[in-house]
Amino acid sequence: MNIPVNMTPKLIVKDLNFYYGNDKALKNINMTIPEKMVTAFIGPSGCGKSTLLRTFNRMYELYPKQRAEGEILLDGENLLDKKQDLNTLRAKIGMVFQKPTPFPMSIYDNIAFGVKLYENLSSHEMAERVEWALKKAALWNEVKDKLKQSGTGLSGGQQQRLCIARAIAVKPQVLLLDEPTSALDPISTAHIEKLVDELKKDFTIVIVTHNMQQAARVSDFTAYMYLGDLIEFGDTSNVFTNPKRKETEDYITGRFG
Amino acid sequence: MFNLYTRRRLINALSLTVSVLAMAFGLFWLGWILWTLLVQGLSGISVSLFTETTPPPGSNGGLSNAIWGSLLMSSTATLIGTPIGILAGTYLAEFGQRGWLAPVTRFINDILLSAPSIVIGLFVYEMYVVKIGHFAGWGGTFALAIIVIPVVLRTTENMLRLVPNSLREAAAALGAAQWKVITLVTLRAARAGILTGILLAIARISGETAPLLFTALNNQFFSNNMNQPMANLPVVIFQFAMSPYDDWRSLAWAGALLITFSVLTLNILARVLFRQKANSH
Repeated sequence: MNIPVNMTPKLIVKDLNFYYGNDKALKNINMTIPEKMVTAFIGPSGCGKSTLLRTFNRMYELYPKQRAEGEILLDGENLLDKKQDLNTLRAKIGMVFQKPTPFPMSIYDNIAFGVKLYENLSSHEMAERVEWALKKAALWNEVKDKLKQSGTGLSGGQQQRLCIARAIAVKPQVLLLDEPTSALDPISTAHIEKLVDELKKDFTIVIVTHNMQQAARVSDFTAYMYLGDLIEFGDTSNVFTNPKRKETEDYITGRFG
Repeated sequence: MFNLYTRRRLINALSLTVSVLAMAFGLFWLGWILWTLLVQGLSGISVSLFTETTPPPGSNGGLSNAIWGSLLMSSTATLIGTPIGILAGTYLAEFGQRGWLAPVTRFINDILLSAPSIVIGLFVYEMYVVKIGHFAGWGGTFALAIIVIPVVLRTTENMLRLVPNSLREAAAALGAAQWKVITLVTLRAARAGILTGILLAIARISGETAPLLFTALNNQFFSNNMNQPMANLPVVIFQFAMSPYDDWRSLAWAGALLITFSVLTLNILARVLFRQKANSH
């Protein structure tokens, strides 16, 4: 399951196994995620797509009893290595969650929060960075007059774009999106999908989605997972129009799942 | 005899009547208590109540030394108990997933939360008052602080647990260390709830009599010295209310009215704060 030779690999997953206590949730995953492309993980609930995504920034370490074995190379460096500094890693790999998670502070401070952790900017530079991130996330025009207001007062779709702006404000290399539109209405969803297409110019994007049309619309590569196995991984148009495996075909044609 | 619909309506009316009567029975006593308190207490409210100290029998005076003592001891106790309660509650909610220390702490805190305050008073009496040889304001403060800790601890833990995990994950995903996640995001998200807990703890200690009877006791004079016995409203009410002198009893009623209304104000404030929190989410 490899990518075309003319693309640079950003993340290489090697023999990855994942456990929730004694339950094995990911079975020997091998895949390569190309740089500045959108890669989508699809599959029925419980297939391990979110679990796989959460190994890329070691989010699982917040919980006892969850562990990963194997290797995930970010630009050649194994990020599962215990010596790898977790917080620096997370600064390089941003994440946006299923439900919008604005912090209980102003819109401005929401964006500045992550930047302040690793950079010492003057207030002028910070204001520029906040504006840059909000423009990138296509939210600037809606909030530029109320930056001091609470982030929790925005609509769901705006909150999610605020979270995307917050994630890209720290200038990560990879952006992980965990079902970013599942809590949003169709118009906000369209906003975010358009945004994903814009953002791939600057970031490597991995998106988990339970919506197959969304994967077909936004992604360059698609991985189909089932019960912890990576069944098929390849060019999105190939996976959707000419799947190699029967299981993939059954799922995307709606016969199963 | 009746058709089904009529029977249901009758049962409905009956249940409603019984419920309303039960509620009225409960409210009746509360109303009676508050009414008596108002009638008896209002006659004792005057300027001298706040400016003069507790009098000997038969002469005029106020409660200024007791009001001041209560304020001083309650606020010091809150200042001592609140940080301990918040820190311990944060430990239980944010770090208490592994190991045996957190469940044990939680269990002991639950015991402390429901411990009769007289036991706490007796404890401070034995450990402090007996050692230094006389009653003192600090003793009262310590006893009240011991009552504040479990209340604040419990609310802090509960309020932090109400903060969705997704918020912690979101902050951690930006590369924030755990202490930054807790201080900058989770505690901030829970602050209205924690503040409510602190107010309720203050309300709880402002009426406590037993622990003060063993520790601060009373003082006829206005005093700032926490190393000496100190006047306070609950003990003054206790002593004056049981005295045979009319003017003392009138002062006791006025003091009771003061405490009740301060507690009521604190409770209303706590509710308003908590409602604001509920609305903002």
